[in-house]
Amino acid sequence: MRELIIQELSQVIEQMARGFAHYLPRLIVMLILALAGWLIAYVVKSILRSILRLLKFDRLSENAGAAQLLDKAALPSATEVLSRFVFWVVWIGFVLLGVSVLGILGLQEQVARFFIFLPRLGVAMFIFFFGLLAAGFFSRAVLLASVNANVPSPRFLSHAVRTIIIVFVLSIVFEELGLAQQTMLVAFGIVFGALMLGLAIAFGLGGRDLAQAFLERRFLRTGKEENEDELSPL
Amino acid sequence: MAQEKENLLTDDFLRQLINVGEVDILVGLPTYNNAKTIGLVVQSVQSGILRWFPRERAVIINADGGSRDGTPELVTGVSIDDVRPAASLHALRTLHSVSTKYASTPESGTALHSIFAAAELLRAKACVVLSPDSENIQPEWLSRLVQPVYKDGYDLVAPTYLRHRFDGLLVTNLLYPMTRALYGLRIREPYPSEFGFSGNLGSQFLAQNHWEDGANQPGGELRFTLAAIRQQCRIRQAFLGSKEHIERRAAEMVPALRQTVGPLFSSLESDFALWSTVTGSQPVPTTGPETPELLEPVRVNRKRLREMFSTGVAELSSVFQTILTPSTLAELQRIAGQSDVTFEYPAELWVKTVYEFAASYQKAVISRDHIIQALAPLFRGRACTFIAENRNGSANDVENNVEGLCLEFERLKPYLIQMWKSGQ
Repeated sequence: MRELIIQELSQVIEQMARGFAHYLPRLIVMLILALAGWLIAYVVKSILRSILRLLKFDRLSENAGAAQLLDKAALPSATEVLSRFVFWVVWIGFVLLGVSVLGILGLQEQVARFFIFLPRLGVAMFIFFFGLLAAGFFSRAVLLASVNANVPSPRFLSHAVRTIIIVFVLSIVFEELGLAQQTMLVAFGIVFGALMLGLAIAFGLGGRDLAQAFLERRFLRTGKEENEDELSPL
Repeated sequence: MAQEKENLLTDDFLRQLINVGEVDILVGLPTYNNAKTIGLVVQSVQSGILRWFPRERAVIINADGGSRDGTPELVTGVSIDDVRPAASLHALRTLHSVSTKYASTPESGTALHSIFAAAELLRAKACVVLSPDSENIQPEWLSRLVQPVYKDGYDLVAPTYLRHRFDGLLVTNLLYPMTRALYGLRIREPYPSEFGFSGNLGSQFLAQNHWEDGANQPGGELRFTLAAIRQQCRIRQAFLGSKEHIERRAAEMVPALRQTVGPLFSSLESDFALWSTVTGSQPVPTTGPETPELLEPVRVNRKRLREMFSTGVAELSSVFQTILTPSTLAELQRIAGQSDVTFEYPAELWVKTVYEFAASYQKAVISRDHIIQALAPLFRGRACTFIAENRNGSANDVENNVEGLCLEFERLKPYLIQMWKSGQ
């Protein structure tokens, strides 16, 4: 009995040692990949940070309104956030590559999914950033045009345009990421519809007189009034 | 540029120009739906040529932006024989009238480009561009704008006008003082709607190959004036009389700023080496009074101007934060709170505002068009103060006020240079 136990134990230990010997080189490869990945990610981060500083990316993100969002969330500058993000994506990529070398079946599938997801994440980030940029640009354009045309509540109009564009951009981003597509579609429909309906009701009921005055001023004003009120700058 | 020129000089236009041959004097008329006034303008041109240049070879070039009211037909249809009997004058040469449609929508820069290209092809010695909507154009204008170029060898003849007291406030409060302070020449109308120029200057401007990057855009007249200054050309001013224009589109504030302040700010970028070394300013030789008497003021709603200024300062604070320094913005917010009676936008603050806008335009802190648009409410505030200051003053008082503003622009020039350098 005693011999049988010793024999079984030695078999198990032998199997474990064989297994460990089998995985050891792969483990070492994984660790090397993780270390090399860290170094590469660090270099990529440094290069990207320099390029973004050269391109004055922080100013661009300020114009887009992204800097204000980051500031409110007590996060560092847009350049720093983007370079750190790229660092982590590159490093995690290498770590997962190392994990796949281990040959664990379930993990390999997850790693493959991660690499398929990466380009979509990049596209989503691109859309989000340029969406914010467009929202900032168009809301400012509306603000300036409203102020110069003496339209009432210019800031409200500007915020409305900004909100509509951001909601639209977020719906595209979530669709690109493939996150809760159905939910996002329905949510977008509800939010957008409610916003439009709210604006229509507000304009039709609350601002009836305002709308009337605006339309009269826009379409019924006489040339005499125009000349009396406006400068001839040139 | 060769491709651009080819597009402007269509086969038909080229054929007409070849039929004309070389000319001594070219009269350019950039038009767009000017049927109401163009007949009078062409008749004045013909009278002017008959009276002062009967021996010279002359041509009228009409660059039309797609008129739908028959303007080009009116230009080519008016015969010099209609003028001869009335003026009892006789031309020794044929006066040609050529019309070309450069686009289906009006673009003042492209119209000028067409006229310059035609002038170069016809080897015109002296050229003149006249506004097609001048209600009170006189045949003498042609003589005053062309003679200094044709006889005395000047390169550019800019106009001076008898204006209404509060007409052209953008010119008196920004364009004239700023170009004077920066480029050192006292040109009263740096954005002229009528001007004479030599064929050489036209060709040089044409050859500068910057049509792709903005010269085709509105404001070509200002770019042309600045090009003449840049090339140290011989410049003269000629008094033309009162300025009455039927066209009111230019009266809209934002388009007017885009046509004038935009090109001025963008020229500062390429001309930094030139304007940063200029100190003071020199007068420009002028035919006629240098400081013309003023006509009665046009009616302007001051209260509305002030309200639009205050609304602008309050609503656009987020935009101004990116353009102006905190001290200037704080000062603007302070005066925006003043009552109608005490409201004053002082010259020093106005000059600082304009210079900070120019520096921000160079840095492109936000879209450059947005920077120009943001200036509109502030200009209204300055205009309101200018009107209040000069409401009861004599022509001399108004002139002294403008002179004071010009000196302020000159005094604060180092402030602009300092900000400019910090942005580079």
